[in-house]
Amino acid sequence: MARRSKGASEINAGSMADIAFLLLIFFLVTTTMDVDTGIARKLPPLPEDEIEQDDSQIKAKNIYIVLINSQNQLLVEGQYMDISELRAGAKAFINNKGRDPESSDSPQKAIISLQNDRGTSYETYIKVQNELAAAYRELRDNRSLIKFGKKYSDLNKAKQKEVRKEYPQKISEAEPKNIGG
Amino acid sequence: MSKFRKDTGKDTPGISTASLPDIVFMLLFFFMVTTVMRETTIMVKQTMPEATEIKKLEKKSLVSYIYVGSPVDRMQATYGTKARIQLNDAFANVQDIPQYINAERAERDEKEIPFMTASIKADKDTKMGLVTDVKQELRKANALKINYSTRKTN
Repeated sequence: MARRSKGASEINAGSMADIAFLLLIFFLVTTTMDVDTGIARKLPPLPEDEIEQDDSQIKAKNIYIVLINSQNQLLVEGQYMDISELRAGAKAFINNKGRDPESSDSPQKAIISLQNDRGTSYETYIKVQNELAAAYRELRDNRSLIKFGKKYSDLNKAKQKEVRKEYPQKISEAEPKNIGG
Repeated sequence: MSKFRKDTGKDTPGISTASLPDIVFMLLFFFMVTTVMRETTIMVKQTMPEATEIKKLEKKSLVSYIYVGSPVDRMQATYGTKARIQLNDAFANVQDIPQYINAERAERDEKEIPFMTASIKADKDTKMGLVTDVKQELRKANALKINYSTRKTN
C-alpha cells in the first residue's frame, strides 16, 4: 500500500482478459465434446480347427433365426417381419418358458441366431442388433423390478449378475452369405 | 425523491470489469480440461447409425478405432466412392487390421491388453460385407471386444 501512495506504476493487467479470451476461443474451437457411445459386443474366438461346431444338441425350437437380406428385409423364423415387430417377437420367444411347444424352453436355452447378407446395410444391422439388445434389456428390467424392485441398470454388480444368469444374452452370428437379391 | 438522489452522487460508477479475467480463466480451464485433440484426420464419411441400447466407451486410451466408409467428397477423386477402411491416418486393407491391432497392443501396458476395445466406426451406408471382413480380421487378431459406434436416440 505504501508503494501505491508513492505512485510507482503497477503492471497493467487489463490485457489479461484479452489473452485469456484468445486461449479460450482456441480451446472452444478445438474441443470435441462427443462422447463415444456404441453397442458393445463380443466376438466369438476363431475355432482352433476347421471342424464345424456341432449344433445338434441344441434343439431347433430353441433357436430364433433372424435373417436379413440384401434389401434389408427381415425373415424371422421363416416369416417376413417388419423391424418394429422384432423386439416384441424376440421377447415372446425368449420369455416363452415352454408355454408354446414350438418356442424356446427357457430364457437360458434360448439362442438368437442372426445372419445377414454381405449386401445388408450397416444401418439395418445395427437396428436389428439394437432391437435384440432392447428385448433383452426389457426382459432383464422386468425381472429385476419383480425381484429387487429396481431397474437392472440400478442394481449392484452381484445382483446384475444374478439377473443376467436368468436372462443370458445369447446372440449368435453366422457367417454372412451371399444369398443375393 | 431528491433526498435520496443526493446520496448516490452525480456520476454513476462503471461496472467493474476486474473479475472478467477470472471468469474467462474459469471457462478457459474448463475447456482445457475437457478438450480432446483429434489425433486422426477422418478421411471416410462418418454418419453414425442410431441406436438406443448404447454404452459409453470408457477409457479412451484403450480404444483402437477402425473407420469404415466411403471416402469423403474431396478424396473421392483419388480414391473413388467404394467403401474403405481407415486406420490411423491412412487408408488400409482388411489384411492390415491384425497388424494395426498388434501395433496398438505394443503401445499399451501388458496388463491393459485384455481391456482393449476395438471401436468400429462405420458409416451407416456401408455394406455388411466389409464390416464382416473387419470383424473376421479382428477375430484373427484375437481382439474380441468390439464396439459398434452409434449415436444415441430416444
